Amino acid sequence: MDKNQLNDHRTVLLRYALLQLHDEAVAEDAVQETLLAALQAGDSFRSESAVRTWLIGILKHKIADHYRAAERHYSLGEPASENKDDPNTALEQLIFDGKGHWIGAPSAWNNPDHALEQGEFWGIFEWCQKNLSEQHARAFMLREMVGLETEEICQDMNVSHSACRVYLHRARLGLRECLEQRWFNTKRKS
Amino acid sequence: MKTCKDISGLLSESMDRPLKWREHWAVRLHLLMCRHCSRFQQQVHFLRKAAKHYYPNENDKNLPS
Repeated sequence: MDKNQLNDHRTVLLRYALLQLHDEAVAEDAVQETLLAALQAGDSFRSESAVRTWLIGILKHKIADHYRAAERHYSLGEPASENKDDPNTALEQLIFDGKGHWIGAPSAWNNPDHALEQGEFWGIFEWCQKNLSEQHARAFMLREMVGLETEEICQDMNVSHSACRVYLHRARLGLRECLEQRWFNTKRKS
Repeated sequence: MKTCKDISGLLSESMDRPLKWREHWAVRLHLLMCRHCSRFQQQVHFLRKAAKHYYPNENDKNLPS
């Protein structure tokens, strides 16, 4: 593995670390140590996805080390969700009726790409992520921000394949609903 | 006949794995008739795009206080 490849992985690792450590400097350190460890370990990996999984494995150890050293307990993800106790059915009952039809059908989003350029949108995006249940948010983050495959997410979260599929779907349902209510239905431009 | 609830699940899964032949055609057929699920499809793609652009902490700097 060469330095360029490591750099490519760096971004992904940093996202992962930031979401767990909530501190840029600490996250940078953890990633730095991970990459150093990876460089020293040499080049026994060929496929990119194997490298990524391996690097995240190292990073998780670094993050765990940090928690131990700090002797503090952060709760990972820490969503402020009220339906944490019953994340399984509550969401879908709000979104679909008994016959499986949309209750609040998705509305048309006006120029969604424009939202990506607005700082305010990201505040809403973050807020909506935090309002997902912890497991849903974590699955979504691993899939869409870290870029893991579903298999890897199941392993990371130590859940069955069907469970992580459900988490991902509910995360998308919840996030979509939230963004629609908090952003697209309120900020619609003419 | 699959419901919107079923189809939305398949649309979400199609982001993570290739759909089976049957699933694929069930989705396509449904989308021809259902604009709600068509929107849902576009919007889950948008979620992926947004997640790729999202960078925690850096975005905090852009937030209005």
